[in-house]
Amino acid sequence: MEVGLSQYLTVAAILFVIGVFGIFMNRKNIITILMSVELILLAVNINFVAFSAFLNDLAGQVFALFVLTVAAAEAAIGLAILVVFFRNRGSIAVDDVNTMKG
Amino acid sequence: MLGLQAFFFYIFAFIAVGSALMVVLAKNPVHSVLFLILTFVAAAGLFLLAGAEFLALILIVVYVGAVAILFLFVVMMLDLDVGQLKSRAIQYAPFGAIIAVLLLAELIIAGSGTIADPVLASQTALPMAEAGGASNIEALGNVLYTRYILFFQLAGLILFVAMIGAIVLTLRHKEKVRRQSIPDQVARNPSTSIEVKQVESGRGI
Repeated sequence: MEVGLSQYLTVAAILFVIGVFGIFMNRKNIITILMSVELILLAVNINFVAFSAFLNDLAGQVFALFVLTVAAAEAAIGLAILVVFFRNRGSIAVDDVNTMKG
Repeated sequence: MLGLQAFFFYIFAFIAVGSALMVVLAKNPVHSVLFLILTFVAAAGLFLLAGAEFLALILIVVYVGAVAILFLFVVMMLDLDVGQLKSRAIQYAPFGAIIAVLLLAELIIAGSGTIADPVLASQTALPMAEAGGASNIEALGNVLYTRYILFFQLAGLILFVAMIGAIVLTLRHKEKVRRQSIPDQVARNPSTSIEVKQVESGRGI
């Protein structure tokens, strides 16, 4: 059993699906939702790197680097918003986010 | 018989998938963050096996060293009620599982059709052979600072905006804390800051 492109894609697909499942499963907990988003982005990165390695194309790794950058920025901003929200409301339950309800 | 590369691939793959599951299912958010770190380390191993050494090391430095620790700080800073958070998680689990199975089936069907395409393999944007036997980091640096310089700068700008945004969002001005006010200090002159008293000789003030 040699490791081919399809093995990498399968691992990435499973990680992606776990991330989506985590968003549905932990509807109450924003921190876990953010971590699930990180898992999804990691799965995308694995796809990029796998295609880059098996097609001998460096562009995939460059793009994965940018995905990594944006994911780090997103995590920082998301956690900052979370801290401010917790400071104002005293909880991080998603159901409490209804102040802007029109 | 598994080759050495395949052996390590399956080890890293199983660790990544198992710890990713634990991220989602763990009751305590702190455990979730620790499993997230394990997932990233395993994914870095996968990157290393695929030949992307630079991305593997970046994943460890940036994600394990910075992002996951940021998560850990926030989780520990917020005083969370773990039991209350998990009480309704079971309610959504069947629905989420159905979506997950459907999505996985879709991905596998879509992925298996397009993998082995010789035409696709011959059309590469940045062939690695062009790098001429340079290491992965060298090849990546050669294109990152020339062909993708604009995007590289934009990535730096995005990080800068994120940094400013995070500071602005979380900065709090407390009324009781005394702060240095530079305009006030610069605007001082002798007439506002010095008071001349005439003291009669032989008496105290």
